[in-house]
Amino acid sequence: MTDTNTPNTGGDGNNQAYWSANIRIIIFSLIIWALVSFGFGILLRPLLADIKIGGSDLGFWFAQQGSILVFLFLIFFYAWRMNRLDRKHGVDEE
Amino acid sequence: MDQYTLNLLFVGATFALYIGIAIWARAGSTSEFYAAGRGVHPVTNGMATAADWMSAASFISMAGLIAFGGYNTSSFLMGWTGGYVLLALLLAPYLRKFGKFTVPEFIGDRFYSPTARIIAVICLIVASVTYVIGQMTGVGVAFSRFLEVNNTVGLMIGASVVFFYAVLGGMKGVTYTQVAQYCVLITAYTIPAIFISLQLTGQPIPALGLFGDHVESGTALLTRLDQVVTELGFKEYTHQSNDTSSIINMVLFTFSLMIGTAGLPHVIIRFFTVPKVSDARWSAGWALVFIALLYLTAPAVGAMARLNIIDTIYPKGTQEQSLAYEARPDWMKNWEVTGLLKFEDKNGDGRIQMYNDKSESFAATAEERGWKGSELQVNRDILVLANPEIANLPGWVIALVAAGGLAAALSTAAGLLLAISSAVSHDLVKGQINPSISEKGELLAARISMAVAIAVATYLGLNPPGFAAQTVALAFGIAAASIFPVLMMGIFSKRINNHGAVAGMLTGLLFTLIYIFLHKGWFFIPGTASFPDTIEGSLFGIKSTAIGSIGAILNFTAAYFVSSMTKETPDHIKELVESVRIPKGAGAATVDH
Repeated sequence: MTDTNTPNTGGDGNNQAYWSANIRIIIFSLIIWALVSFGFGILLRPLLADIKIGGSDLGFWFAQQGSILVFLFLIFFYAWRMNRLDRKHGVDEE
Repeated sequence: MDQYTLNLLFVGATFALYIGIAIWARAGSTSEFYAAGRGVHPVTNGMATAADWMSAASFISMAGLIAFGGYNTSSFLMGWTGGYVLLALLLAPYLRKFGKFTVPEFIGDRFYSPTARIIAVICLIVASVTYVIGQMTGVGVAFSRFLEVNNTVGLMIGASVVFFYAVLGGMKGVTYTQVAQYCVLITAYTIPAIFISLQLTGQPIPALGLFGDHVESGTALLTRLDQVVTELGFKEYTHQSNDTSSIINMVLFTFSLMIGTAGLPHVIIRFFTVPKVSDARWSAGWALVFIALLYLTAPAVGAMARLNIIDTIYPKGTQEQSLAYEARPDWMKNWEVTGLLKFEDKNGDGRIQMYNDKSESFAATAEERGWKGSELQVNRDILVLANPEIANLPGWVIALVAAGGLAAALSTAAGLLLAISSAVSHDLVKGQINPSISEKGELLAARISMAVAIAVATYLGLNPPGFAAQTVALAFGIAAASIFPVLMMGIFSKRINNHGAVAGMLTGLLFTLIYIFLHKGWFFIPGTASFPDTIEGSLFGIKSTAIGSIGAILNFTAAYFVSSMTKETPDHIKELVESVRIPKGAGAATVDH
């Protein structure tokens, strides 16, 4: 499955690299998670007040719908990204 | 066919379906009873998780909360969905890899501490029991409104159906009934919403209708809504307070709901049922897809219902004469019977006035128009249930909504009961009392715990104790402050040891509970609260419903300091953490069961 790492046994170094890569993806995803909800939806809403969308402003949209759509995207992005990472490090199932 | 027969037919048909599934999906082993044999497809599990998660509160109450709270209630929308991101990224895949059956079991093994496991069981039971009482009372209310039986009989019928599929089928039975219940509840929620959106905005997708144009006035729906509510003395629907403490409270409340959602055991155990670690990740995404179908519709339902009610009461606009009481529509008459809608003619003009009688700036306008107080009280819980009547939809839609409300309450109740009973049979009976119990013996113990849990929940549903109404503060507070942090640390840190985990859980739990008790009364006994539960009056300027986030931070801090002062975690625990982090071998972990 992979030629750079030792499959099946998956040495400590390989597992360590896998875990660090996972942490980086998690941190990146959680920054976006916090930005759209706590950021655009609440704290930064006054700054976005001039961007109008359907009778209200962008912050209101993020609070009511936008953040949910981004959350959805984030989970599927994470699942897809991690599947690739699992295979790259030979730690996937089967 | 009259409405009663239709209701009976729809509710009866769905109940027959659930019982049919129960007979088909009987559990033959503990693995099937606790985790549906780990053979559930990720999409199926996503659908079951959505039904498990969306309770009577999401189905019946949330749109009403939004309708009368406007922008400020966005916390519920973001909080109750954002938790799934945390679940997918931080908990579900690793707990699935761990490959056991309950949340306290992970805590007990990872922190090599029976004490930690017992604390987790107590937290789980308090949070889940608080939660389940609300579902049981919801079942009783839905039955009495739609099937004209009294509360007790309604609750008994609901409990017997749950008994049937949960005791027979365990997680397996619960999973497949939840899938059916999801289909019922989402159809019931969406159909009236589509019609109302079409009537108001000409847009068949309610979520788009919310940001679309109001057909009658030609302006944007939200602009129109902001305009009419301010004409009646209310704050704009989309209004955000610029007061710092209320913004901080909204952030903390949203955060509490998010980590509380991720820490609720009945949601977490659903991810133990999928075959692989990668399935657990996908499944969390599918769960949110199915949840989002309702959560994107709810704010539209809320805003449109608010506008509909105002237009009904002020048919010629808010500046003209309001509706004469004698001319009120049928749906108002139907709901007056239940006492959830009340009219009191304070100024004796025979017309209904509804406005913000607490606004000082609006008082002069009200007096000028001869208004002596708002005369219509609308219980926010009736909005979704009355929606089909407000929109003049045919009788079968009303019957479908009745079946949908029951499906939402029953599916969540069953999930909670399963979390409670597996904690009792697996963590207490097998874990503490009789570790050498046979597979057959444990399966029997699981069925008996389930039966007892249902009996207790039914009793508490009929005689709700004071804490029953505090689901958001109590259940989410406990899950946020005690369970979520300890699970996360167990996976992401090898340094946190047994003492750290126990100290962290107790700190988070006690701090949160005491803070809630100080503001809501000790054990929720009226009159024993020391502080009012408002932003200004509260101890730290934080409402008790938002305190779980502070409790969680204290939990992390206490666990870190105690761990760094005590003995390092043993090597076999470090290996356990290593293995939980790597997906490979998840299938093998289930073989020893």
